[in-house]
Amino acid sequence: MTGRVTGAETVERIVLAHGGGGELMNQLIREHLLPKLSNEQLAALTDAAVLPQPDGKLVFTTDSYVVTPLEFPGGDIGRLAVAGTVNDLAVMGAKPQAISLGLILEEGLPLELLDRIVASVAATAEEAGVSVVTGDTKVIDRRQSVGDGGTGPADGMFINTAGVGSLRPDARLDVGRIEPGDAILVNGTIADHGLAVMSLRSGIEFESDLRSDAAPLNRLIDDMFATGADIKFLRDATRGGLAGVLADISETRGVSVEIEERYIPLTPTARHAAEMLGLEPLTVANEGKIVCIVAATDAPAALRAMKQNSYGTNAARIGTISTARPPLVELLTCAGGRRIVQRPYGEDLPRIC
Amino acid sequence: MSAKTERLCAELHELAGRIGRRVQLMEVCGTHTVSVFRNGLRALLPANLRLLSGPGCPVCVTAQRDIDAAIELAARDRVIVATYGDMMRVPGRLGSLEKLRALGAQIRLVNSARSALRIAREFPDRPVVLLAVGFETTAPATAATVLEADRDGIENFSALLCHKLVVPAMLALLEAGDVPLDGFLCPGHVSVIIGADAYRPVVERHARPCVVAGFEPEQILTGLVALLRQISEGRAALENVYSAVVSAAGNRVALELLERVFVPADAVWRELGTIPHSGLEFAEPYRRFDAVERFGLTIGEDDDHPGCLCGEVIQGKVEPAECPLFADECTPLNPVGPCMVSSEGTCAAWYKYNRPAGTTRADVPASWEAGQ
Repeated sequence: MTGRVTGAETVERIVLAHGGGGELMNQLIREHLLPKLSNEQLAALTDAAVLPQPDGKLVFTTDSYVVTPLEFPGGDIGRLAVAGTVNDLAVMGAKPQAISLGLILEEGLPLELLDRIVASVAATAEEAGVSVVTGDTKVIDRRQSVGDGGTGPADGMFINTAGVGSLRPDARLDVGRIEPGDAILVNGTIADHGLAVMSLRSGIEFESDLRSDAAPLNRLIDDMFATGADIKFLRDATRGGLAGVLADISETRGVSVEIEERYIPLTPTARHAAEMLGLEPLTVANEGKIVCIVAATDAPAALRAMKQNSYGTNAARIGTISTARPPLVELLTCAGGRRIVQRPYGEDLPRIC
Repeated sequence: MSAKTERLCAELHELAGRIGRRVQLMEVCGTHTVSVFRNGLRALLPANLRLLSGPGCPVCVTAQRDIDAAIELAARDRVIVATYGDMMRVPGRLGSLEKLRALGAQIRLVNSARSALRIAREFPDRPVVLLAVGFETTAPATAATVLEADRDGIENFSALLCHKLVVPAMLALLEAGDVPLDGFLCPGHVSVIIGADAYRPVVERHARPCVVAGFEPEQILTGLVALLRQISEGRAALENVYSAVVSAAGNRVALELLERVFVPADAVWRELGTIPHSGLEFAEPYRRFDAVERFGLTIGEDDDHPGCLCGEVIQGKVEPAECPLFADECTPLNPVGPCMVSSEGTCAAWYKYNRPAGTTRADVPASWEAGQ
């Protein structure tokens, strides 16, 4: 692709007028958004959604999604946006109820691609049991390139999703309750998402069977709470990876974290891909993995609940909170050595050689 | 710990005890450095065995003047610079490629020379320059890409050659004699190309044991055992404990590519200065792919931060923690020298994987059954 205008194009694309508030925008909403996302709230096309008030506390979050490419093995920006917001609510101990969908589309985006992504939003929302109750659509011109830095064809899209949920009465999630001896659980293989996306990036692409793990985890978290286990802390290990979450725990609570390499779920493909790129799997992003800190006595029950859910079949207990001073995250390596683990410093860059 | 690892460690301790004195070995390759740290191997080594990191991180040995040249190119109108990821943050005189990209320069990450050529094919009306760094592992790919560009007439492609050769640097270190070295753990990847026999001059001229080893923890420990055994017996031989992958003569095809496209040339290494015949320049038929000639670049001088000890670090003269800037003014977030930037850099590995000095390990809670 050269990004040049060929004139022979037959693909239907987003044009600036789709964001203009006129008939074309109306058509976009009625033909491409509403049919898939349909629910009473949204169908009314009011300026805001009216939701029932929960008995207890309301939990509210927002997140923006700017991933490129928009589609990748195991997911797309739509699945990411819904699962990400649902997971942010769920790890706070909330039952997600409703989300908003803000679309920022780049002029030139093929409508067919938009349709696929909206279908993915709908499917993921249904899986998580939440409704898209309000939304917004804007179109930006190509100068503000969303894609690959302005030299490629226009095909960009950003999504913002906000979400609300009601705090479950049985949740006592508080990093301050973490104590030495508590167990650290993770619900499956790490690093798949970040590596899958990287494997498609122009210039560094490589062939593999890596798939993003993007998934809504609210039902898995429901299953864990249902065991009655004393769950003290949950966090989705997105950007910054497992290392980022563990470093946060260590710093915030002032405890050490000891994890064992041999128990950390990692597929051989992901291990080799990370090795090739010179990346540390512990710091690579996930989109369907949570870290759970649970009282040691309740760890087997919580782990069993994870494993029985389809998003937790490879769940594992990977380590323990310890009293070591000063507070650090330490890894016992497969080779029998020890080293510390730190959060990454920024964008992890693939290395040479 | 596997039974084999345990046995290798026991052997290592036994040999180190028999030698009695302090032994200094250099792991030449950045991948070895990182593997040692990532696998926590330092905790398993005998106290009198010191591992020094050598000039084997391609990013760390690239002279600042070459980074400056890349930045100058990237700042030119319409030029697209293609670079391996870990060059992005290396500070030059006027900032880094990363900062320049934020200002709108076209800088593309690639993981192979061919990806850079593909960009050149995609944008035939824009000059595309590959920042060609790396040792004998990456140089053959640059050569093959140049041949492809030559064959297909991709004239908007060129390369800023910063390739370096490993053995001349090892010899230069020994000739300088500033650091007492008892032997070399030789790089697995580079040796696949150049062959184990390439280290003969080190063994023959300087009587230092050379052992070619792989990068897995057990392979590294096997290499260290072989080195200590030679030292304990007073021998200095060339040994290849990675012979499943590395042959004596190397990869004939890759070596022929190098010979065809390049000629050996003196090269400037970061802080080490010029080392004779330690780099590559284009052979006559391919000179037009040389970015320096094509763009009329003047390669300037280096202006390294006065306090930065990267030059000493890559020669094994000091350990990162001995640098006054380490973990203070110079961190991965704000790197002063390249050894803190690259994922293969010694300073970055120390910062990332080493316990801070003076910390103790407390009791691990009662062992738990992981219930996997």
